[in-house]
Amino acid sequence: MEHGSLQDPSRATFSFVDEDHTLANAVRFTLNQDPRVSFCGYSIPHPSDARVNIRVQTTGDPAREVLKDGCQNLMLMCHHVRSTFDKAVGDYRTNTTEMEND
Amino acid sequence: MSKQENKENKKFSIWDLPDVPMGQLPPHLQLQRTRVVCKADAPIHTDTVLYSGAYASMGIDNSLHLDSFRSNFKVEVIRLTKDDMEFDMIGIDAAIANAFRRILISELPTMAIEKVLIANNTSLIQDEVLSHRLGLIPINADPRLFEYLSANDTPNEKNTIVFKLHVHCKPGEPRCTVYSEELKWLPNGSEFIKESEKVDTKPSTYTSFSCSQNSLQNFSSNPISPTEDKIIIAKLGPGQEIELEAHAVKGMGKTHAKWSPVATAWYRMLPEVVLLEEVEDEIAEELKKKCPVKVFDIEDIGKGKKRATVARPRACTLCRECIRGGEEWEKRVALRRVKDHFIFTIESTGAMPPEVLFTEAVKILEDKCERVITELS
Repeated sequence: MEHGSLQDPSRATFSFVDEDHTLANAVRFTLNQDPRVSFCGYSIPHPSDARVNIRVQTTGDPAREVLKDGCQNLMLMCHHVRSTFDKAVGDYRTNTTEMEND
Repeated sequence: MSKQENKENKKFSIWDLPDVPMGQLPPHLQLQRTRVVCKADAPIHTDTVLYSGAYASMGIDNSLHLDSFRSNFKVEVIRLTKDDMEFDMIGIDAAIANAFRRILISELPTMAIEKVLIANNTSLIQDEVLSHRLGLIPINADPRLFEYLSANDTPNEKNTIVFKLHVHCKPGEPRCTVYSEELKWLPNGSEFIKESEKVDTKPSTYTSFSCSQNSLQNFSSNPISPTEDKIIIAKLGPGQEIELEAHAVKGMGKTHAKWSPVATAWYRMLPEVVLLEEVEDEIAEELKKKCPVKVFDIEDIGKGKKRATVARPRACTLCRECIRGGEEWEKRVALRRVKDHFIFTIESTGAMPPEVLFTEAVKILEDKCERVITELS
């Protein structure tokens, strides 16, 4: 869900249901690393309901697009983490079996 | 007059000054950015600098580029066993490393006993305590092969695993212990007959399996059981008996810790121990003796002189014992942590191997991002 002003799409608050610090903090990180973002922060209004509000203010680009790019970036990073990790585990396995064979 | 005018007209840029560091931060800022410094009373510079323009005034871009992330990110596996692993994750921010850790603990599904039908329990241990103990037993079944059981679903072969426990301590015999190995998997579902009002209806059980789980996937070669055989469930005195059926369903750690696939998953930042000055002779001996985890060694530098060296910084627990005992020690040793180097440890409960758990956790974070993207477009 998005709460933004109609006149100025460069600032908006997004409300994610069923999410917590796990996603919000990671997205805040990627957004703050984006040069188009002038402010980004998140809050959990009440600990009993599973909801986070993410505030995005940009230097001009639509906040919605910037948030989308932030998520896209995070996804690509995860993808890279996964492939690197799988490779590292594979390397470790081949090394240890070689050592056992020696 | 004309000379002054000339000066003003001349284009002047602050970047032309000789003492402006181009392309790199001054050392003290670089230290703040990349290290947590542990002082005797408290650590400082613990936060990471998030904002992309934080160092814009120095001509340094603090934004994240996917290409540079790809070239800098590294994973090194230190230890990998059946149910525990340790690896180094280098070149990633705490925000993302923490997301992985949180997902590992609370958002990866596993199977755990949720419903216990007790036919008979004459043991000392109460029904509810017994049920709770059963719930916490990790089960060796791949949760990816199962579906969630929602409130209106009938338990079937796709969402429920049924175990039977029937133990009896014969009168006159010594007390016996009930171990988790006594939980027998029932691939055909519940064997307890539901009581019904109508007499002529076909007797039904508490589950409605359409086929045996034995025929599904590869359970026949790898039968479902608790991951450990020797978990104590209860103790029976002579003449006591427990007869029950336990139904395991799929769930997540955020609902109840019994569904958490890890005993623990944690990370710590790589410790960095730096000797700020040469530490020699008696002081070197004293330094070596101060450290309870033997971070320091002593080497001979000839002429009967000895010098302290940092031999095993990774063992450092940051107990700060080495910088206690006055300001002079704080001047000799610096304890730091590398902010983007995480020593990640995963201890699995045994349902899934730790390396699979981690890849699944990363996949879940990817799915979360994807969900947001589809919702926004």
